[in-house]
Amino acid sequence: MLNAETPQLHETQPDSITVSGCWQVHAFVDGSLMHDISHELTRLSQRSHLQWNLSGISSLDHIGAQILWNCWGKQKPAHLILLPAQEAFFNRLAAANSLTIPKPKKNRLTSVMQLGMVVLGFLAHLFSFTALLGQLMLDLIQVLRHPGRAPWKEISANIYQMGFRALGVTALVGILIGVVLSYLSAQQLRTFGGDIYIVNILGMSVIRELGPMLAAILVAGRSGSSITAQLGVMRVTEELDAMLVMGIPHGLRLIFPKVIALAIAMPLIVIWTDAMALIGGMFSANIILGMSPHFFIQKLPEVIAISNYYIGLGKGVVFGAAIALVACHFGLLIKPNTESLGQGTTTSVVSAITVVIILDAIFAIVFSRVGY
Amino acid sequence: MTLIAKKLNPEIVIKVQNLRTQFGRTTIHNHLNLKIHRGEILSIVGGSGTGKTVLLRQMLKLEQPKQGSITIFGVDINHATSEQVAFFRSRSGMLFQQGALYSALSVFDNVAQPMRELRILPEALIKDAVYLKLNMAGIGPEHAQKMPSSLSGGMIKRVALARALALEPDVLFLDEPTAGLDPDSSESFVSLIQSLHKELGFTVVMVTHDLDTLFALSSRIAVLADHHVIAIGSVEEVIQYQHPFIKEFFLGARGRRALTVLDKDNYGK
Repeated sequence: MLNAETPQLHETQPDSITVSGCWQVHAFVDGSLMHDISHELTRLSQRSHLQWNLSGISSLDHIGAQILWNCWGKQKPAHLILLPAQEAFFNRLAAANSLTIPKPKKNRLTSVMQLGMVVLGFLAHLFSFTALLGQLMLDLIQVLRHPGRAPWKEISANIYQMGFRALGVTALVGILIGVVLSYLSAQQLRTFGGDIYIVNILGMSVIRELGPMLAAILVAGRSGSSITAQLGVMRVTEELDAMLVMGIPHGLRLIFPKVIALAIAMPLIVIWTDAMALIGGMFSANIILGMSPHFFIQKLPEVIAISNYYIGLGKGVVFGAAIALVACHFGLLIKPNTESLGQGTTTSVVSAITVVIILDAIFAIVFSRVGY
Repeated sequence: MTLIAKKLNPEIVIKVQNLRTQFGRTTIHNHLNLKIHRGEILSIVGGSGTGKTVLLRQMLKLEQPKQGSITIFGVDINHATSEQVAFFRSRSGMLFQQGALYSALSVFDNVAQPMRELRILPEALIKDAVYLKLNMAGIGPEHAQKMPSSLSGGMIKRVALARALALEPDVLFLDEPTAGLDPDSSESFVSLIQSLHKELGFTVVMVTHDLDTLFALSSRIAVLADHHVIAIGSVEEVIQYQHPFIKEFFLGARGRRALTVLDKDNYGK
């Protein structure tokens, strides 16, 4: 592939190097050319008193010039033949030599200090989350005083977006979990001849635990991430600042409607997921245990206290509000760059799911004597 | 300059033929023809919505025209092999209106990115080359480790220019290079492009609304109106052309003010 345009070095006479070809960066892309040339140049850089003739170079750019320049030890060699047009390139390189490049600052934190930073960071999160919660309460009081000023349209739009649109995926997951649970427990129950207890197992686990949990995890992934990303992009595009300037408070117009909408939509999604999981379980029970759906439906209210249902719905409200709050909290903390946006969204979803599980544990302890 | 360009067309770098662009039912360009010569600074002007930026994006193969061809370095970019496209991309640089710096990377890494992407240059060489490019664009080395979000508008444009020039392209595309800059930094940005153009001799295709920039930089001006190029030539030639847009754009109060400062030994000629 050698032709007139290939960058080349020749020792035409002893101690005289002729450089020819196209010394522009794109000419070096072919194969191992760059490797060969730099190898050659490293070898030449060890020899002194060489004469360099650059008049054979057809075209030069700053990177090509830099390659030669670095070989010469960042100064012009004593014997150098240049075309007038090439002079400017090397003058520029010589000028750039005198630049003082500041060294990057080292991270001076010791490991103990870094641990302290993590704790402080966590406290800062806790503080601003509490502030957000307080602002929400103030907004709630204001809305109760002046219901006409509440952002009803936003709430309605959010219920549609985060509630109605989530029905498909929650139904699918609900049915599948019902089927899995039914198959798993049916095998165990049959060995004891306790087929009938499948209603208790399915009813209790789905209504009290799995329904709210599944719905919460799906909604956290689906709506939590979108809330965080939306607020984050609004920060990047300065929409958040624009709202403040127009006197539109973030709390009442962005956060309040999302939290209220999810607090309303979540219990409805929980009912839906419960129903779907029970339907899935019911039909599986019919297939493996021969238990008729009619019997299942009749038996369910007898063995499961209605209070379990209320606990499930209560969980829905709390989980929904918590997911929206966590998502808003992380959304507002996003800095105007792409990396922060991605990181913030991830942290938001992970934190929302963690918070949901913590709340679930609290529910389990507080209501440990209810509904059995 | 480059082999392919030399062989096929010594003079014309970009040739747009019979271009037609449609968005839904709205026609943007129709029978648009344009030739851009090597080494010139061609400015594209036109009212808003006449598809100046769209034309620029089509030249960069970011958008596809409905009909017609765009030939760059003798290759129709919409029917080119992936190698030809890669070659053309490595030989052209674009300065986006908002800079489009990678917000997750520092100034240094932004400028180093195109060089690292070649995967042949050693890191030590890249470091020297990046500081050189930043220096050429008027950015001091103390700013190299900053993130784009902490830069001012003028600095963002300068860093973006340094990045566009990282591989010293043959063609430089500028989309509103001075939009959003204060008059002072816009003037220094114009003289920066001027001096780099003189030094490196690349071809510039520029979209601008700013008459001062337009008159200071352009060697030729192409006026887009009625879906095609209605006039092309030097400032004097273009303002002779009778068209309501030209009258309003160049000979309105704003245009006359800018024309008076246009001195005779204008750079482009």
